[in-house]
Amino acid sequence: MTDLLAPADEAGVAAAVAAAHAAREPLAVEGNGTKRGLLRPVQAARTLSVRNLSGITLYRPAELVLSARAGTPIPEIEAALAEKGQHLIAEPPDLRALLGASEPATLGGIVAANLSGPRRIAWGAMRDHVLGVRFVNGAGEVLRSGGRVLKNVTGLDLCKLLAGSYGTLGVMTEITIKVLPAPEASATLLITVPDLAAGVRALSAGLGSPFGVSGAALLPGAPHQAALRLEDFATSVAYRMGRLREDLSRFGDARVIEDAASRAFWRDVRDAAVLAAQPEDAVWRISVRPSAGPAVAQAVQALGGRALLDWGGGLVWVAAPASEAAHDALVAAAAVSGGTCTLFRAPETLRLAVAVLPAEPAPLAAIGARVKAALDPAGILNPGRMRAGL
Amino acid sequence: MIAQPAPKPGILARRDEILAALHALVPGDGVIGDETRLKPYETDGLAAYRQVPLAVVLPRTTAEVAAVLRYCHRIGLRVVPRGAGTSLSGGALPLADAVVIGLMRMNRILDIDLDDRFAVVEAGVTNIGITNAVAGDGFFYAPDPSSQLACMIGGNVMMNSGGAHCLKYGVTANNLLGLKFVTIEGEVIDIGGAHLDAAGYDWLGLITGSEGQLGIVTEVTVRILRGPEGARAMLAAFKGTEIAGAAVDAIIGSGIIPVALEFMDKPCIHACEAFAHAGYPLDAEAMLIIEVEGSTAEQDDLLNRIKAICERFDPISLKLAESPEQSLAIWKGRKGAFGAVGRISPDYLCMDGTIPTSELPFVLKRIGEMSTQFDLKVANVFHAGDGNLHPLIMFDANDPDSFHRAEAFGAAILTLCVEVGGCLTGEHGVGVEKRDLMNVQFTARELDQQRALKTAFDPQWLLNPSKVFPLDGAPVAMAAE
Repeated sequence: MTDLLAPADEAGVAAAVAAAHAAREPLAVEGNGTKRGLLRPVQAARTLSVRNLSGITLYRPAELVLSARAGTPIPEIEAALAEKGQHLIAEPPDLRALLGASEPATLGGIVAANLSGPRRIAWGAMRDHVLGVRFVNGAGEVLRSGGRVLKNVTGLDLCKLLAGSYGTLGVMTEITIKVLPAPEASATLLITVPDLAAGVRALSAGLGSPFGVSGAALLPGAPHQAALRLEDFATSVAYRMGRLREDLSRFGDARVIEDAASRAFWRDVRDAAVLAAQPEDAVWRISVRPSAGPAVAQAVQALGGRALLDWGGGLVWVAAPASEAAHDALVAAAAVSGGTCTLFRAPETLRLAVAVLPAEPAPLAAIGARVKAALDPAGILNPGRMRAGL
Repeated sequence: MIAQPAPKPGILARRDEILAALHALVPGDGVIGDETRLKPYETDGLAAYRQVPLAVVLPRTTAEVAAVLRYCHRIGLRVVPRGAGTSLSGGALPLADAVVIGLMRMNRILDIDLDDRFAVVEAGVTNIGITNAVAGDGFFYAPDPSSQLACMIGGNVMMNSGGAHCLKYGVTANNLLGLKFVTIEGEVIDIGGAHLDAAGYDWLGLITGSEGQLGIVTEVTVRILRGPEGARAMLAAFKGTEIAGAAVDAIIGSGIIPVALEFMDKPCIHACEAFAHAGYPLDAEAMLIIEVEGSTAEQDDLLNRIKAICERFDPISLKLAESPEQSLAIWKGRKGAFGAVGRISPDYLCMDGTIPTSELPFVLKRIGEMSTQFDLKVANVFHAGDGNLHPLIMFDANDPDSFHRAEAFGAAILTLCVEVGGCLTGEHGVGVEKRDLMNVQFTARELDQQRALKTAFDPQWLLNPSKVFPLDGAPVAMAAE
């Protein structure tokens, strides 16, 4: 275990980063450290955690806005929202089981990784709902981007740049997000389909219907099951489910599960629990156009792995034996349709041996290096987390 | 008036040589250099500002855009990108020593994929053109700025345009999958694709809304959505702005997210009614237009829920559309709001701040006071669900004093928006109009950080260089004229 710095407040974070900047000493940046096993390991003698920057700082249900310090645990935010009948729109996954973590993820960690669940297909990603951030850049300066209102195009959007940057461009200290009313009812149509291609066609038909499908997944294993979720007022869900079931009857035998059963079902999809990744497996997350999902899943089968298709077929969660050959095969399978493959969880040797994210074209990589330098001039924030040497 | 950087004398002196070089890069009639044909490009939707550019090029391909940018980069020629020229913030205002790159000839729809729910279009395709291309199959492209008949998707990306329906469907940034992006060095880069959430840094998110500061977008991959079974509007009029604001809070608090929730104050109601004869109640202090979606039965259910909520706030009138035609009639006045104000005042400035919705009554009261102070009339329309306020300040452009007061009034409103926790611009962009107010919202360090990101893309500051960032802090010298 490296030395852990866990300042009590934003000023403490800024001081720690400024000192590291002055000394040119790299920092591993984290919240509760639940994603330490994700992407590439950081080589740093010291870890800077925002775990002590915790608590909701503003919550206006009627304005659909919540602000919290970056170290606030996600369950604390979900509980506060539930009290007012609201929820996190992007439905971020709880990956404790998948990643072997004991503590819950923090808001900062979920945003820094831009992790979204099944509802992403209909309602946007975590990054789409980040309205504002306070962060400390690599020089130790406290800066803001965005704000606390729903519509804001003032200046460059650093919120989106920081979302998904895994702490390599700045240390977020406080984040403001848009939230929405939680739907009254949830129901899921489960269709037994002959194969994955037919399954994705069923999901596409559902997503292309006027009924507001808010989850569309294909479960691993046989027989193949396509799942489509509706969420809304109970009367609407009942009506729409009737219509959706009728429209999709041509794809196979179907049944409907409702409310608690429906919610539990999507929790298991969200958290990739249904992937049933074994401890020795590596896990990948591949994003492709939905119709390309089945071809990626076939490549997974050839590797002896399992695939869970979410987002209408476009998000492929893969569990397979950890090897460079498997990684190369999956990167190639994603690239066929122009998609991207991320090595999500793997033994450290594999994470250091391969490019965990797809390479960018040279001109973009050059811009990326300049952007990194503009935000983190000494290269001290999570060096090597996303790409070797950056 | 807002200062512009002094033209580079070396560039002005080489005008003929530059025109010849551009002709070689964009053959045929794709280069404009004579004064009369340059004139239409001297301004955009912010017509108070005008400047004829050095030249205009109208490329037809990404390769031509790349060639022009490579040339600009080599000789240090400033670039102003332009779509349809509908920017209300002066985003496409030229500079005397700049070449305007107009993308209107790149207007092809390249791919439509209903199964994977995306379309690939060139930057010069109009916003409505995308929806028109897929509407026959029941699909649509969600962001719908008021200028959607004219404005182009490339400009929408650059300004991260919104519209009346973003409460449910989000703004441009939430509806994109990929871009073809040309750097100032002339490199063509594909960002994202037809899939969601491409791995790595969110370049798509950073470029969207960057107002031409980082590069030029020539192709856009947008998400297209299946439309609902139907939609219908209702009108609710109240005795006070605070009451209407409380009704909005109660609607959102009930768990209903209307697809649109528009607010108009009394002057705006009067202007729109005179223009559109939509049947708006003239005795109301505030009026809401609320639209819901779904089957007819679902619309009835939601509208009745909203009606029951509004009834708790002592409404002057409640009118539920009973048909799509009645719905259109309710919308007619709101959609014509800008034109309606244009009829009662020779000129107007359209402001675009966002505020926390709870601050609406206070902000409207202050705007009313300022209206007296600056001796100018104002009408307010407001996307009430998301806090985006559009005060229309009426003035007379033939009277310089009136224009100066209008600009000062606008700046005071936007400063107020920031003071109550909001921002300078919700959907129109900073452009040249709000450039010198950026210091109100951001610290010097925050602006320097944003400038450093621009520099990472555009080291010589050639891309739309007089917009967004106050001139005096620019890392590349831009002495004001």
